[in-house]
Amino acid sequence: MRAFDYIPAKTVDEAVALLAEKGDQAKPLSGGTDLIVMVREGRRQLDLMVDVKDIPETNVLSYSQETGLHLGAAVPCYQIYADDEISAAYPGLADAAKIIGGTAIQGRASVGGNLCNASPAADTIPPLIVLEAVCVIAGPNGTRDVPAEQFCTGPGQTVLENGEFLVSFKIPAPKNNSSSYYLRFIPRNEMDIAVVGAGASVVLDTEKTSFVSARIGLAAVAPTPLFAEEASASLAGREVSDEAVNAAAEAARHIARPISDMRGTIEQRVHLVEVLTRRALNGAIHRVKES
Amino acid sequence: MSEKKEYKVIGTRPIRHDGVDKVTGRALYGADFQTTGLLHGKVLRSRHAHARIKSIDTSRAEAHPDVKAVVTAADLPTAADKIADLGESAVNLKYLCDNILASDKALYTGHAVAALAASDPHTAEEALELIDVEYEVLPPVLEVREAMEDDAPLLHENLKTDAMGEKSEESSNVASHFQHKKGDIDTGFAEADVVIEHDFVTGTVHQGYIEPHNATALYNPDGQLTIWCSTQGAFAVRQQVSEILQIPVSKVKVVPMEIGGGFGGKISVYLEPVAALLSKKSGRPVKVLMNRAEVFEATGPTPASYIRVKMGVTNDGRITAAEGYLAFEAGAYPGSPVGAGAMCIFSPYNIPNGLIDGYDVVVNKPKSNAYRAPGATNAEFAAETVVDEICEKLGMDPLEFRILNGAEEGVSRIDGPVFPRIGCIEATEAAKEHPHYEAPLEGENRGRGVASGFWFNVGLKSSVAINVNPDGTISLVEGSTDIGGTRASIAMQAAEVLGIPAESVYPTVVDTNSVGYTDVTGGSRTAFATGYAAYEAAQDVKQQMTERAAKLWEVDAAEVQFADGDFVCVNGKDERMSFKELAARLDEVGGPVTGRASVDPTGVGGAFATHIVDVEVDPDTGKVEILRYTATQDAGKAVHPSYVEGQMQGGVTQGIGWALNEEYIYDKDGRMSNASFLDYRMPTCLDLPMIDTVIVEVPNPGHPYGVRGVGEVPIVPPPAAIANAIYRAIGVRMKELPMSPGRILKTMGKL
Repeated sequence: MRAFDYIPAKTVDEAVALLAEKGDQAKPLSGGTDLIVMVREGRRQLDLMVDVKDIPETNVLSYSQETGLHLGAAVPCYQIYADDEISAAYPGLADAAKIIGGTAIQGRASVGGNLCNASPAADTIPPLIVLEAVCVIAGPNGTRDVPAEQFCTGPGQTVLENGEFLVSFKIPAPKNNSSSYYLRFIPRNEMDIAVVGAGASVVLDTEKTSFVSARIGLAAVAPTPLFAEEASASLAGREVSDEAVNAAAEAARHIARPISDMRGTIEQRVHLVEVLTRRALNGAIHRVKES
Repeated sequence: MSEKKEYKVIGTRPIRHDGVDKVTGRALYGADFQTTGLLHGKVLRSRHAHARIKSIDTSRAEAHPDVKAVVTAADLPTAADKIADLGESAVNLKYLCDNILASDKALYTGHAVAALAASDPHTAEEALELIDVEYEVLPPVLEVREAMEDDAPLLHENLKTDAMGEKSEESSNVASHFQHKKGDIDTGFAEADVVIEHDFVTGTVHQGYIEPHNATALYNPDGQLTIWCSTQGAFAVRQQVSEILQIPVSKVKVVPMEIGGGFGGKISVYLEPVAALLSKKSGRPVKVLMNRAEVFEATGPTPASYIRVKMGVTNDGRITAAEGYLAFEAGAYPGSPVGAGAMCIFSPYNIPNGLIDGYDVVVNKPKSNAYRAPGATNAEFAAETVVDEICEKLGMDPLEFRILNGAEEGVSRIDGPVFPRIGCIEATEAAKEHPHYEAPLEGENRGRGVASGFWFNVGLKSSVAINVNPDGTISLVEGSTDIGGTRASIAMQAAEVLGIPAESVYPTVVDTNSVGYTDVTGGSRTAFATGYAAYEAAQDVKQQMTERAAKLWEVDAAEVQFADGDFVCVNGKDERMSFKELAARLDEVGGPVTGRASVDPTGVGGAFATHIVDVEVDPDTGKVEILRYTATQDAGKAVHPSYVEGQMQGGVTQGIGWALNEEYIYDKDGRMSNASFLDYRMPTCLDLPMIDTVIVEVPNPGHPYGVRGVGEVPIVPPPAAIANAIYRAIGVRMKELPMSPGRILKTMGKL
C-alpha cells in the first residue's frame, strides 16, 4: 500500500474543490468498507482520500409520508433498518441494508458507498432502482439529479465526473397499496456476495387484486445493476396471479447478460434471475396483502 | 483394558488452562511477537502457474534506501537429493527448498520467487515491484487426469514414476503408483450378486485456519538462529529449517507461539527459512506475515482427486469385493496424501477381497498438505456413496449393512494391518440407536443420509517433564502445540496419576531447547502420545515421591504405597500424607522432584465415526440446508469430553464446508480466482445447526487410560453423508465435490 493523504472535508464545496484538484487520484471516503480494502490490497492507488462523512448533507436522514425519504450518502446501513418507519415505508431497501456484510460492517457501510462502488452485485442498487431513487450529485457546476438506474455505467464505473461526489438520495413517498422486496441468492446464509440479486416494488389497486404498476431491479447479471423495464411494464394493469408473475420473471430472464466467475456460471445466473424475480415479486405482493 | 475404570479426573470437564488468555485476547500468537530493531519481510510471488525463471534482478530493490536485505533461491545452500523427515510426510529436500524459493521454475500461482526485508511492511510491499523477474511462461496443467496424459506439460523434467519400487523410463507427472491387494478380486466380484461402480471427483480445499502463516527470525552472528512462529510442531520446524539451511539442529531454536488453527497445514515451513535468510543478510530480526490470499495461493491445500470405486455384495448383504482407484493431485511437488486415502477408503468394512491402486500426481497448484485425516475424506466420499447405493439396491438399512459388514478386532485392512480392538461397530450401533435415526423427517425435498469414516491415527514421539511445586501443584513442561485443548487433556492425565485436581497442573508449551523431542501436533496423536508421556512422567514423580515419603518416615520405599491421592505407610506405622503435604516437605528429604518421560507408543487405536444428517434442498436454486446433524465416534476414553465434542463438531463443520461449497476455483491460466474468505466459502455459524455428538468409549488397549485420537475422523463422513441425504431428498446422486448449488442444479438437469 502506497502512502496517501487523508482530508476530512467539512462542507460540500470543500469536498468538491479537493476532489476536482486531484482528479482520478482522489476518492471520496464514507464508510470505507470497499475503498480502504481496495487501497490496502493494491487494487486502487490514490493520492488523496476525501472523507465526506462529516459533511451535514451526507448525513441527513429524514422521512415524511408527504415528501418521502431524504437519505444522506454517508448514512450507514444500520440506521435504515433500525428505523421502524423507514423500514415499513421501504422494506426492500431495509432488506438489502440488513444483509450487507455483518453487523460491524453495517455500522460503517453506507447505501451511497454501495452505489458509488458500482459493483454489478451491489445489494442496495436493485432496491434503489425499484423505489425510483434519485441521486443528488454535487460538483464544480453545482448539483444535479440522476435516477439510480442510470448511475452505474460499468463495473466500478459511474456517471460521476471530475470533482463530483454523491451527496444524498431522494426517494419518493410510497404509494397506497405498495410495497417492495429484495433478495439475493448466495450459497451460504450470510456474509456473501450475491450470485444474483432481485428487487421488486409493486403498487396494487385498492382491492389488491391487480397491479397498478411494478418495478423490477436485478443485480449481478450484467455489467451494471439493471432496471428490467419491459418485465416491469408487463405487469401494469394485470391481475395479480402466478401467471402474471411468472411471465414477468421470464421476461426479466431475457435481459440478463451475466458472466461466469467464481460466484456462478452464466447458465446458473440466468436461471436464478427467473427464480429470484418471481420470489421478489411474490414477496412484495405478500407484503401489500399483509398490510 | 476392556472393563470400565473409575477415574477422578479423566472424563471430567475442567476449565482449560489457557482459557483466560484466549478469551481475553491476551494470548500471544505469531504475529504478536515484537522485538527491538524488527524488520518486516515480504515475499514476491509468481503470477504464473507454470513458468521457467530466466533471470531475477534484485539490484533495483537492493538500491532502495529502506530495503535491508533481498533473498532468492540463490541464497539457499545447494539442496542435496536427500530426505527430510517431516513427521507426517517425507519430502525430497530439493523440492522442499524449491517450494521455499523457486530456483529454476515457478510451478503455481503464488510460488515464492524472492523476498525482501524493509523497515516497515508497506515499504517492503512496495519495494517488491523493484525486483525484476524474467519468466518464460509455460502451459499449466491443473487437473489430475489431464496431468496423467502422455502429452501433458511436465512440471519436473526429471520426475520418473516410482511404480511399486520400479522407476519409469520416461519422465511423467505421476510421481508414484502403489497397489494394495487382499484375497482375489476376481473371485470376489464373481461371488457378488450386485456390483456397483462409480467415479468421483473432489475439489481442492484449504484447511482455512483463521491465523495466517507467520515467522520471525533472528540469526545471530555466532550462527545461532531463533525462530518464533505458529506451528503444529516446533521440532518439525527445527528439522526442516536445519535441512533447508544446512545447519545443525542445535543451531536452531524454535519458539512456538500460540497457534490459530493448523489442521495439518502448519507442519510444513514456508516463511521460516525466508525470515532466517533475511535476518542473516540484514543482521536484524525479521518478521514475515502472510495475508489471506498468500495463505490460499501458497500454502498447502488438501488435494483434488479422482476416485473410482467398485464394490460387490451378495443378496444377503455381505461385501465380497472392493476395488478402488485413487489419483490425487500432489500439487507442485510429489507427496499427496493418496497413501493415507488408500489406507482408509474401505477400512470401516470387513472385506475379503480387495484391490486398491493409488497415484500421486503433480499439477500446477500449491504443494498439497495434510488436512485433518488427509486423504480419507476424499476416499470415503466415494466409497460411502457406493455403499449407500448398494444398500438402496438391496433394500437394506444402511446402518444395519454397516454393522453386518463392520470391521472389528482381527480383521485385516486391504492394505495389510490387522485391527486391534476397535469401536467401528459400536459407533455405528450408537448412530442406529440415536433418536435422530428414527425421528420422522417430513416435508418435500428433505432427506436423511448416513456415512461412516475411519482414520488410523498416529503415535510418534513425545516428551514431558514435571516439576513438583512446594504448594502441591505441578508444572508440566511439554512440546506439543495446543490446538484443540491438549494442555488440558495432557494435564488431566498427569493429574489422574498423582491424585491431584486438573487445576493443580500448570502446563506450558516450551521451545525446542527446553523440552525433549516431541513430534507434531497432528495425526490425532497429542492427547494419546503426549498424554502418554505425561502419564509416564507422573509415574516417575510418583515413584520419586514414594521414595521421599519413605525417607521421611524412615521406612523402606517398598513399604510406602500411593492410593487415592495419599502416600500411605503399610508396615504398621500409621503414616499418611497427601501429595500436597508431601510436596511441601520435599526440601527436608533431598530437595526438588522432577519427573520426566520420553515415549514412542505404538499401541495406536484407530478411530471410527458414523454420522447422520438431514438436509433440505431448494429445487429452484440447488441450495442445501443442513437441518439436523448427529455424529457418533469411538474416542477410546474421552479425557475431556467437551474437547472431544468440540473436535467432533469442528470436524463436521469443516466436512460440511468441503461437501457443499469449498473449492479452489481457477481461471484458464491457473490463477485462483477466489483466494479470500469471501469467495472461498467456508460455512459460518449461520449455515449450521447444532451438531449433536455421541461419544462411544471402546478403550484403546495401547494406552493406560484407553485414549484414542479423536481430532481427525469427524471430518471424514460428512461429504458422503450429505451426498446420500441429497439423494434421498431429490433423487440425484452427486459424484463431485463440492455439491454447490450450481452443480446440484446442473445434475438435476435444470441448467
